[in-house]
Amino acid sequence: MRIESAAAYEEFRRRAREAAAAHRQEILVCCGTGCLANGSMRVAEAFAKELQARGLTAEVGTFTKRTGCHGFCQRGPLVVIQPAGILYTQVKPRDVAEICEKTVANGAVVPRLLYKNPADAKRVEHYAEVPFYANQTRVAMRNIGKIDPTDIADAIGHDAYAGLVKAMLEMTPEQVIGEIERSGLRGRGGAGFVTARKWRACRSAGGERKFVVCNGDEGDPGAFKDRSIMEGDPHSVIEGIVIGAWAVGAHEGFVYVRDEYPLAVVNLTVAIEQARRHGFLGKDILGTGFDFEITISRGGGAFVCGESSALMRSLEGKVGEPRQKYVHATDKGLFDLPTVLNNVETWADAGAILLHGADWFAGMGTEKSKGTKAFSLVGKVKNTGLIELPMGMTLRDIVYGIGGGIIDDRPFKAVQTGGPSGGCVPESLLDLPVDYERLTEAGSMMGSGGMIVMDDRTCMVDVARYFLRFLTEESCGKCVPCREGLKQMLAIYDDLVAGRGKPGDIERIETLAAAMQLGSLCELGKSAPNPVLSTLRYFRSEYEAHIFARTCPAGMCRDLTSYEIVPELCNGCHLCFKACPADAITGETKKVHTLHQEACISCGACYDVCPTEGAVRFFPKSRAAAEREAV
Amino acid sequence: MSGGANDAGGKGTMVTLTIDGRVAKVPEGATVLDAARAIGVRIPTLCQHEALEPWGGCRLCLVDVTKKDWRGWEKMVVSCMFPAEDGLAVSTATERVVATRKAVLDLLLARCPDTPLVQKLAREYGVERTSYRENPEPTDCILCGLCTRVCDAIGVSAIATVDRGAGKEVAPPFHEAPPDCIGCLACAEVCPTECIPYQTSDSARTIWGRRFEMVRCPHCGRAHITREQATFYAGRGGVPESYFTTCDACKRTQMARTFTTLSAVR
Repeated sequence: MRIESAAAYEEFRRRAREAAAAHRQEILVCCGTGCLANGSMRVAEAFAKELQARGLTAEVGTFTKRTGCHGFCQRGPLVVIQPAGILYTQVKPRDVAEICEKTVANGAVVPRLLYKNPADAKRVEHYAEVPFYANQTRVAMRNIGKIDPTDIADAIGHDAYAGLVKAMLEMTPEQVIGEIERSGLRGRGGAGFVTARKWRACRSAGGERKFVVCNGDEGDPGAFKDRSIMEGDPHSVIEGIVIGAWAVGAHEGFVYVRDEYPLAVVNLTVAIEQARRHGFLGKDILGTGFDFEITISRGGGAFVCGESSALMRSLEGKVGEPRQKYVHATDKGLFDLPTVLNNVETWADAGAILLHGADWFAGMGTEKSKGTKAFSLVGKVKNTGLIELPMGMTLRDIVYGIGGGIIDDRPFKAVQTGGPSGGCVPESLLDLPVDYERLTEAGSMMGSGGMIVMDDRTCMVDVARYFLRFLTEESCGKCVPCREGLKQMLAIYDDLVAGRGKPGDIERIETLAAAMQLGSLCELGKSAPNPVLSTLRYFRSEYEAHIFARTCPAGMCRDLTSYEIVPELCNGCHLCFKACPADAITGETKKVHTLHQEACISCGACYDVCPTEGAVRFFPKSRAAAEREAV
Repeated sequence: MSGGANDAGGKGTMVTLTIDGRVAKVPEGATVLDAARAIGVRIPTLCQHEALEPWGGCRLCLVDVTKKDWRGWEKMVVSCMFPAEDGLAVSTATERVVATRKAVLDLLLARCPDTPLVQKLAREYGVERTSYRENPEPTDCILCGLCTRVCDAIGVSAIATVDRGAGKEVAPPFHEAPPDCIGCLACAEVCPTECIPYQTSDSARTIWGRRFEMVRCPHCGRAHITREQATFYAGRGGVPESYFTTCDACKRTQMARTFTTLSAVR
């Protein structure tokens, strides 16, 4: 059914909500990529079968819904029972019968499946009370986990396209751009360019043919917010793109999705078809006479294609290499025509801003960074997953509030933000409010919202080396500073972690970093030194330890670290024996164990499993060698 | 547009800028590099060629630019692509420009330690030996992309850069003899380090592992073009193949003869 007026939209939404209200209970099974990998599809199928068998579908009107990512992937598969709001974690198909019996039929909870708060070991019944969710504010992710992404009626029941209806039927394009401007929305891909400025420039650019592009080529290690948005609520993305297209006067749009996101491609394809059938896309959108089409383009797996000029080259069917340009894409972008390119999350924000107003959005956040921001919180925190929070929340609140603190309550060391273009923020800056400006000042950046938390068992030299290796593989190789500079920098780091560091290495790294920042062609090369420079800025002594003392203070660089068992403290639990992959540990249960240096590969598995504080310890390999020499 | 300074022939709008304090006047559309060359300021380049679109890969032609209303802010740009504008102040040898060029050459020298052109340029910036790890498999290819770009410009696209990052190289598809190559040698001739090998004789030419039969000029008998070249050029736009098989010298002779005849008639 095509919607061609505000009244028709209202009517459609009213009926969608009525249909949903007819379900006395809804069982929301997370079918995002993370939960799917943990077998959530089988859980959803089991629910459908079990409810049918028990006659609960007809009798109490219980309905199973497959939703997008709920964010708390670590505890998946996740199941939420509505309207009670009960959250079950790590649900297996074999738990389904019990949930149906106790919760669905009789309104009681199954305690063993409830989330256990690591802080006080108490079970939490309700979704909204779990600290991971309680401290979030969701805008771009407003409907993810609530709706079935393949059902447009469900999405409309949750206000999808309401912002578009308002924009196109009540406002002028100029007013729409004005609203986006007042909201303070900035690019969620990481650079933070003012969105309205792009839209206005493109609108005022000459010519009949213009484009809007959605960048869904999320490639930072550990980042998955765009994937979850495209999978879990593709309509929010489409709505934003249509609003943008209408505001700038474009009739063709592209969504560039990386090929490793097959579910995103499927859900977007379904959503585009449904949007077209309902009059939100295609010819004569909402009866206004405005035509606009979206084409999905699948990326070929190059990280650099997330860079806007490379992405456009790839869309043009050419090799995805960045192009040096001294004109904005809004004047000469895709096919050298005016183009607006925004990140998935930026597009998803646009619809909500139009619906709820600029003031609502600008009411959240800090002075220059407004609204909310999605992050992928990963690493050594107790709660990992996808989160969205108001700009300006401190790192401490994120790591210790939402994240629940460091695993095993080890000391916090740093948080890496912004992926390979970002940097490491140390403990001294834990109270840093997270926004574009503060992160940049700290030598990191917002990036695409990856947040990797690291504990004391992380070697910062090795972290920088990890990102360098990633970038060395992903550099397109077009310009000399990035291609050759990364290769040489990685060679220096390979030496550092292997104990072959030389005096002058730090200075050579700094010279290279400066040349890459100033001389590289695109942002990949210009920002590539960030992980290096931020670790040098905050953890210089670790570099010096690697070079001058040939030690790794975190005990992570294998070539520099030895382990030993302290006989006085070993209680003979035998765990290290079992964990050792090199058979370097001997000993019987309840007797003192021995680690044989000649067989040890310094992997640290014994250290990590040992339950007795201090019974396994690490020390510099150079000392071990010296001692062997002396013997 | 590269070469704009020479092409415009004094028509159209002119822009005035300064380069290292000297005034340059060039037609609108010219690049900063064009302007520098027009007044004799030398800026090093490796990936630039007047017959090809600028590319911005070698990063040697970096300069600092600023304008009065930029409040002292300077931007480092590649002069081969940055458009010359009215009021632009260009500095070609600031400390950071020189340091960045030096680092770029230092890196190139590590990649190509035995290449005379790279050695010469590096020496100009005070780099005798690279500060970095020398390439264990020295190459003369600096990956300037001139060969693949000239091949594209001719419309053949027989070779391309393959792979990315540190593993990038110039190669024909699948490292096999390229089926689209016409043996024109443009790639080898444009290469600034002469690192594309080929053999050519009166009977045959070999490049990229492919052998081409030579066609002789029907008038003088000189072998100057491959059969594939003649066919490709003729196929491009209505000029008969015989025009291309005739060598340039004979074309000139024929033309001169025609003019002589014409003027005799008059």
